Amino acid sequence: MSTTENLVRIAQLSCGAEYSGIQNEIDSAVKQVNAVMVYPEVDITDIDSIEDEFGLKVASPDLKLMMARAKSIVTGKVHVDAVFIATCFRCAEAAIVRSEVRRYINEKTGIPVISYSFTERTTAGTLLTRMEALTTTARRKSLLAREKQTGLTAGIDSGSTTTKAVVMKDNKIIGKGWVPTIKVLESAQEAFDNAMKEAGVTRSDIQALGTTGYGRFLIGEFLKADLMQEEITVNSKGAVYLADKQKGPATVLDIGGMDNKAISVMDGIPGMFTMGGICAGASGRFLEMTAKRLGVGITELGTLALKGNAHNVKMNSYCIVFGIQSLVNSLAGGSTPEDVAAAACHSVAEQLFEQQLQEVDVKEPVIMVGGTSLIQGLPKAVEELLKVKVIVPDNAQYIGAVGAALLASGFISK
Amino acid sequence: MKVFIYPTNSLILYDLVERFGHEPLAIMQEIGKKVRTQGLDSPPMNMTPEDPKFGLKYAAVEVPSGVRGRMSLFDPLLSKAEAAIIVTEPVISFGCMGCARTNELVNFLLRGKKIPLLKLDYPTTEEDAKIFVYKISEFLKSLKPAEDKK
Repeated sequence: MSTTENLVRIAQLSCGAEYSGIQNEIDSAVKQVNAVMVYPEVDITDIDSIEDEFGLKVASPDLKLMMARAKSIVTGKVHVDAVFIATCFRCAEAAIVRSEVRRYINEKTGIPVISYSFTERTTAGTLLTRMEALTTTARRKSLLAREKQTGLTAGIDSGSTTTKAVVMKDNKIIGKGWVPTIKVLESAQEAFDNAMKEAGVTRSDIQALGTTGYGRFLIGEFLKADLMQEEITVNSKGAVYLADKQKGPATVLDIGGMDNKAISVMDGIPGMFTMGGICAGASGRFLEMTAKRLGVGITELGTLALKGNAHNVKMNSYCIVFGIQSLVNSLAGGSTPEDVAAAACHSVAEQLFEQQLQEVDVKEPVIMVGGTSLIQGLPKAVEELLKVKVIVPDNAQYIGAVGAALLASGFISK
Repeated sequence: MKVFIYPTNSLILYDLVERFGHEPLAIMQEIGKKVRTQGLDSPPMNMTPEDPKFGLKYAAVEVPSGVRGRMSLFDPLLSKAEAAIIVTEPVISFGCMGCARTNELVNFLLRGKKIPLLKLDYPTTEEDAKIFVYKISEFLKSLKPAEDKK
């Protein structure tokens, strides 16, 4: 994040943030991405009439204020580059308003919007990736419009579980590296070295380097990267590029080792997105633990799941501890490993469906990316729940690295 | 007497309570303490993530943090309250706590305190406004006057 970049004006539409004691955390995250929070002005009369105009009747006055502020943005009374919508976690009324206000602003203005439900434990660190994605979308539209990789570039994706690297030349992947993340820098160097070796190039040949994922800043500074970018924008770009769906709407789903991303994309640029990280039971980690319990490799779990029927196994909990316990009990009760593998995939897909997909508009094509998309039972479970065809592009596990290499090529002329 | 007002930031209620010789219990006092006390600078009210945890006295963790944060501010006021005036469905400019769930919880807690309680709807006509003020004044007159501040 560079402080020399344009200041981005983000409108904060929230209910309860100041009383939850997290306003300071929000302000801190915003400051780190060189943005400023603004609170759209409204008249008292706007608040009085907003329920009829918006069409939603609510009991909490702060939610009325939120709707009136949204109207103020849509009617152009206030100019902002992006919108952050936040309400208390577990407030049903606020969840409805948050979702509808987000959709209203995005449909009427095309301004990038992110919504979030917070608790008092929400920190600036949690918000940072989201704010970074929001400001990047607002600030770097021309970079994100890039559809072809040019020259010789590389991308490194430092994930919580694995580190991936690719080297690309003239719109083709010519080298790949994949290693488990142990020490962030060393793992990145190893993956990068493997990719360069396969490509037959050295660091000095690489014209531009992009980094993404949890370790992006550390690695980016160490390897003198041209681009250090969060994974929401990078993965969106990588997904539509690899799936060859760069024009029009798309939905990108990425079930990661530690968190999940669901992103509504238009012409390769994220519009609305959500990043879940509240429960490990909805992550790749759950599948990893299931595979371990079944005594199979993580990739074998997918083929096993394809042969099974999730509905033959009763799962009492989504929790990574109690969910696994349900699976173990099922095995003890005579369930087949195939059914258990299918149930694990179904459980993760169901949580994504229940907890995250309301936050984005699911539009086809639905593209699943990341290492977990290769666990075949998982895209199948998502297909069954969403009732749409799910695309898993080739090299889906390298999505972040490919997106970073693609976007980095925009820095070559510099 | 110490009279809790709700909405607790209503300047009109605050003024009425004071005019009739009682001590209003209002949120401005609590926010004032937070803003004036040296420490973490966390605008606008210097509330920190620790505050909603104090609200756990009134509501469990599954209750939104915004409700619990407000309850942590109300706690000293509620514990001191000897009487209360609640105005329901007020317009925002009269005073507003922003959150309907908090309103419900505070109303419930005040009922349980078994203290003199006046609950009245916000007036929508001039005639109703006169009755509104009259009812409040009669209620306040019926309470024992506050002890002189030493």
